[in-house]
Amino acid sequence: MTAMDFQALLPLLVLASGATLLMLQIAWIRNPGLTGALAAVILVLAGLSSRFAAEAAPLQVTPLLLADRYALLFCTLFCLAGAVTALLSRDYVSRGDEPEEFFLLLVLATMGACVLAYAVHVASLLLGLELLSVSLYTLIAYPNKSILPLEAAVKYLVLSGAASATALFGFALLYSATGTLGFSAIGQGLGETSTGQSVLLPAAVMIFAGLAFKLSVVPFHLWTPDVYDGAPAPVTGFLASVAKGAVFVVLLRLFLDADLFRYYRLVEVTGLLAIFSMIMGNLLALLQSNIKRMLAYSSIAHIGYLLIVLMVCTSSANRALAVEAAIYYLVAYTATTIAAFGLLTLISCDPSGRENIQLQQVSGLFWRQPLLACLMMVALLSLAGIPLTAGFIAKFYLVNAAVSGDHWVLLFSLVAGSSIGIYYYLRVIYYMTRRPEEHGAEHDTISDWQGRILSGLLIASILLLGVAPESLMQYLRAILQ
Amino acid sequence: MSMLVLILMLLAGGLLAWQSERIHPNLPRWTALAAVVVSLLFLLGSLPAGQSSLAVDPLAGHWIMHLKLAWMPRFGIALELAMDGLSLLLVVLTLLLGLIAIASSWAEIDFKPGLFQANLLWTLAGVCGVFLALDLFLFFLFWEVMLIPMYLLIAIWGHENKSYAAMKFFIFTQASGLLMLLAIVVLAWQGLAANGQLSFSYFDLLGLTLDPRLAWWTMLGFFLAFTVKLPAFPFHTWLPDAHTQAPTAGSVLLAGILLKTGAYGLLRFCIPLFPETSMQFAPIAMGLGVAGVIYGAVLAFAQSDFKRLVAYSSVSHMGFVLLGLYAWNQLALQGAVMQMVAHGVSTAALFMLAGALQHRLHTRDMGRMGGLWHQAPRMGACAMFFAVASLGLPGLGNFVAEFLVLLGLFAVQPYLTAVAALGLITAAVYSLWMLQQAFQGAPDEQRKMPDFDAREMFAMAAMMVALLWLGLYPQPVLDLAQPVIESLQALAPGANATVALAPGAAGSSS
Repeated sequence: MTAMDFQALLPLLVLASGATLLMLQIAWIRNPGLTGALAAVILVLAGLSSRFAAEAAPLQVTPLLLADRYALLFCTLFCLAGAVTALLSRDYVSRGDEPEEFFLLLVLATMGACVLAYAVHVASLLLGLELLSVSLYTLIAYPNKSILPLEAAVKYLVLSGAASATALFGFALLYSATGTLGFSAIGQGLGETSTGQSVLLPAAVMIFAGLAFKLSVVPFHLWTPDVYDGAPAPVTGFLASVAKGAVFVVLLRLFLDADLFRYYRLVEVTGLLAIFSMIMGNLLALLQSNIKRMLAYSSIAHIGYLLIVLMVCTSSANRALAVEAAIYYLVAYTATTIAAFGLLTLISCDPSGRENIQLQQVSGLFWRQPLLACLMMVALLSLAGIPLTAGFIAKFYLVNAAVSGDHWVLLFSLVAGSSIGIYYYLRVIYYMTRRPEEHGAEHDTISDWQGRILSGLLIASILLLGVAPESLMQYLRAILQ
Repeated sequence: MSMLVLILMLLAGGLLAWQSERIHPNLPRWTALAAVVVSLLFLLGSLPAGQSSLAVDPLAGHWIMHLKLAWMPRFGIALELAMDGLSLLLVVLTLLLGLIAIASSWAEIDFKPGLFQANLLWTLAGVCGVFLALDLFLFFLFWEVMLIPMYLLIAIWGHENKSYAAMKFFIFTQASGLLMLLAIVVLAWQGLAANGQLSFSYFDLLGLTLDPRLAWWTMLGFFLAFTVKLPAFPFHTWLPDAHTQAPTAGSVLLAGILLKTGAYGLLRFCIPLFPETSMQFAPIAMGLGVAGVIYGAVLAFAQSDFKRLVAYSSVSHMGFVLLGLYAWNQLALQGAVMQMVAHGVSTAALFMLAGALQHRLHTRDMGRMGGLWHQAPRMGACAMFFAVASLGLPGLGNFVAEFLVLLGLFAVQPYLTAVAALGLITAAVYSLWMLQQAFQGAPDEQRKMPDFDAREMFAMAAMMVALLWLGLYPQPVLDLAQPVIESLQALAPGANATVALAPGAAGSSS
């Protein structure tokens, strides 16, 4: 490996050495505050280091990893999201015993997500996926050792393990047909091979099911509400944004590199699942009175919107716009989700039932904590896709992409889903605006000024992306050329 | 630039009003009042002196102001604002009714007056944006953004069933708005195919030749969004709830100006962008208009709730706007514009009255009123004036509007005109019924209620003068709107049965 190679992998190297450093630091002195700060610094450094890595990009480093600007952009995004999660969890974990390893796991999970962003090979895909998932199993149950998180973690462990195994088997079948594991080589192999066609269908089904599970696409979504509900709010935010985003990034890369769009059946099934996710996710979210469960179902719907991109990519003329839309959507969605869950962390402070945030708990928040409530409102409006927020521009991108490919059914599902979605986002806002005489017991909120500043910054970036998105748009176009 | 400054002034005024609550609870009201007055003066001051001679912009002669700043070149989206006579008329109406709304909320709102006035001003800013935006993306943005402060006004300061009403209002508008967004994007991509570049500018999208089927669906997207807001039968069901549950100032804004954004959208976007399709669609639209006129009137008569009655009467009156727009000749279009202004003023007054009654009596049920004239003669007189204005008494603005619409419609659809004219009779029935129920009969002797004070009388008097002016000398309004009406007529494909009357003749017909 040359110096160039190391430079291209700089974010991964920073994360890996940072994880080692954290381990040593924990062995030397136990101090949750110190570990949390160190983890945040490592993650921010890793995020920033992708700027230097970009100078070497695009560069193929070993057959496993490709350091292009697409990968590096997502590395930055995931690292920053990880840093925010670390800062938001500090108050959360400080009450448990021996909470320092939480941050170590968070750094490792982020590293897994970054590996997925780099991955152009099945081996690196699986490595990244497992690094991410295994860290998440622990992260879900680690800080709060009560029944609900434990149940969530076990559920996620069993189901996610099964999904990984299914995908792995699928890849094995694919290998038996094509004799290769690199994404683009698989694409070539699929074009040439005439033998072994019979295994392709089960292979495709298994790989797709495995990845769809991680994305929680309907009908592979059943784990989502329970896990979201049980996990600590910052971890849920991380799970909903980074873990799903990373899987989508690698799925998109697999489809593009192996040119799976030529299998029209596969794309059609994707479109069908997208419609199911949009409609089911939004409908089921209507029924929830627990805000975290509601956001879980809404995240299913959001992944449904995002899957539209794969359909649009079938026509190579619209591919650039579709990928651009996907990246913008992921950036906007990550910022919004992390902000929303971060704010939930600040809102809920009842130590016994912290994971269980009911609508009642935000009742009258506007009058008790105007700043928190305003921030929460912006986050919810961004999720709902109301103008002046990042969520709207993201949705506008998707609509443009879908219109360019004339996908009318998907567009109408998007409109129907978003219209249903308005109801449950607005319901939270309504509860927040209830007057003091209308709501019952007062619920305290945490006075965590760091969390507030952080949430404020996130909301500011959501608004900035919604009002002045041009520079990011231009950057994305430059990347994709 | 001054258009942008106007919107920013209202936004900043809102922020200021919100924060001024910390100093003194009375201050937000004065701040809001000052913000609207200053905006109004600023707008009138920045108008070029001789309007018609000042064709600043090469695009079209009749634009008074035009501003275009690059915003998202990636999609060909610009911050494009423009003002012609129609926009000017509606923006001035918006600001004037904004003053009325502030006046009507003066004593009513005790809970967080700062945030209330802020939301009021932000709604005004959003509506002004809708009337000025000529980039379709920007238009959609204002269209959606104005909903949020309005939603908060209903949800926080509304009456007993506010959560249902606010939610219904938002979802109806948002769902139809999303269809419009879809239509806008489709149109822009058709523009890309035709002109070779993506643009959301109104001027770039005018006059596109579209595949008839596509044009039909796209037009429907716009039509649906605007008729939900108008509202036209059968998309009106959000209106009675929202108007009834909103605080007085909210009802004034909803009825006075938010409904007009729907009419404005049809006039500015839906018809000019799809002239052929709109022509084919006109019979259906006129049918919906007539249905709204009659249905709204019948339901208004059936109400016992004062505000609900006025709300349904709005459905009826806005039916005339739909009729006037799709009759598509000079007289009918003039009538439609006139109706937008006159109905805005008369309904705002009636809602202010209803709000004042509710504030004093703590009920909107007309069964529990009666004989109010004896206890509050000034209120009675005002109610009388605006009730007869609403039923279309000659000499007041509403008469001119409805008469012009019927006159223009007669040339196109004589039978429909006959049915629509029934609306004038039914209007008389429900308006007088309302007056009788609430203000006449035996008074309840136990009841003590103060009459209108000076502030309320001043607001009422201003609206009376406006209606009289519109009824006796409507020509300035018609002149302002004339360029739009002419350009719309020029778009009408084929031979259109235009009643060729000089614009002056229309004015004298009242």
